[in-house]
Amino acid sequence: MGVVAPNATGLPQFEEAIRAGKSGIQFHKELEELKFSCQIGGVPKFSQDLMDHYFTALEQRGLLATGLIYGGIAGQEAWADAQLEISEELDIDSGIIFGTGVLGVEKLREAFLKIDDKQVRRLGSTSVLQTMASGISAFLGGKLGCGNQVTSNSSACSTGTEALLMGFERIQYGKAKRMLVGSCSDSGPYVWGGFDALRILPHQYNDRPESASQPLSAGAAGFVPSSGAGALVLESLESALERGVPIYAEVLGGHLNSGGQREQGSMTAPNSTSVISCISEALRDAGVNSKEIDLINGHLTATAMDATEIENWAKALGLDREAFPYINSLKSHIGHALAAAGSIELVSSVLELSRGFIFPNLNCERIHPEVLKRVKEDKIPRALLEKNIKLLAKASFGFGDVNACVILKSYDDE
Amino acid sequence: MTSEAIQARLKQIVKPYVNNQENFENLTSESNFIDDLEINSANLVDIVLDVEDEFDIRIENDDMEIMTDVESTVGVIQKKLSAK
Repeated sequence: MGVVAPNATGLPQFEEAIRAGKSGIQFHKELEELKFSCQIGGVPKFSQDLMDHYFTALEQRGLLATGLIYGGIAGQEAWADAQLEISEELDIDSGIIFGTGVLGVEKLREAFLKIDDKQVRRLGSTSVLQTMASGISAFLGGKLGCGNQVTSNSSACSTGTEALLMGFERIQYGKAKRMLVGSCSDSGPYVWGGFDALRILPHQYNDRPESASQPLSAGAAGFVPSSGAGALVLESLESALERGVPIYAEVLGGHLNSGGQREQGSMTAPNSTSVISCISEALRDAGVNSKEIDLINGHLTATAMDATEIENWAKALGLDREAFPYINSLKSHIGHALAAAGSIELVSSVLELSRGFIFPNLNCERIHPEVLKRVKEDKIPRALLEKNIKLLAKASFGFGDVNACVILKSYDDE
Repeated sequence: MTSEAIQARLKQIVKPYVNNQENFENLTSESNFIDDLEINSANLVDIVLDVEDEFDIRIENDDMEIMTDVESTVGVIQKKLSAK
């Protein structure tokens, strides 16, 4: 696995950060100057040394697509972490599904300005790579020499979780031995502006950014915009055993669907019937009884919809308050990384399964009363819990009324 | 400007795009960008932009088409400089 998140870059650093409940949300002067209501956000940090490790000097020239940088780092880190070599030979057994929402908006802006200035001839050679949606999978495909399917999916905030399920299915069908799956999202005003205009971002926390993202809380005031990338290598069990590499966790199954913007569903709100169906079908696909789920990694963005999401989980699992499992939201640490959210949250989920812990929910001193009707307070940990967990459900719900749910299991070789 | 001086500056321009270091070390006026220096063809447009900036000249599409090796490129640059 590999990860570039606002609170940490690199897998070991990320594990330490989520255990410690380290926030990645900061105030950004640029947003203030641009008169954004919400002037805070999550932007990953990394050293020039790390850049030089993953990108040649030439690749770094004129590189403005932050999503491509995050995804490029996370994807290559995941590949190395899975002990896969980069060879000169084409690897026809390995593919990539690496999604994004919009790639390279800063590069697009540069291009627009040049084109309007009648300087199209001066765009340079990397404008296309940096601004096409599949730029990230194309970049990684070349770096890693993947000869199986190489593509980018896009389904808003469910992109990362969808990518994992698409890669999983490809391996299930026997069409690939391994798939690098993940997603990335650019940072900055040109990605976040549309959400600020929708008035769905918190504007009251510009002077205390770390307190702003409050999933499950009575004070939830909107999601905090964020960015980054997460990447996971999925591999058939047979192939992983043959290579003799450590296995973090097992994908048991999952489901993808859409609410069709019918019933209470809309462009921005989910149709609960479909959300419930997505979770139930994921459980059925995985062959898991809902009582066995130990932990839910929710979508939980820190809006008024959190209580609805909990209600949907409760209905889908068919569990009353006493039986509702542990639940947490990484968005309390790093905000909502949009297209990258699912994959970063999946990396956190797999770390919890493989290392035996539940990361804390931050900014959740006052749990929303509607949530407490369905979940007991101690199932919403506000401090790190060292605890072995066996089964985890992860869901992501996206703009456009699209849903993704995956069931993961800790791996034991017996 | 002498062609030697132009070639020396051109060598610095193409340096980051080169994939065959040995041929780059032994760069001559006959060195071909793609065949000898193994420069990615897409990067030829970047080299043209860098040349424009370095020499403060403008290179048209027709000029660019013949800029496939060191000698022809130096020739185009010389022509543009003398026309300034």
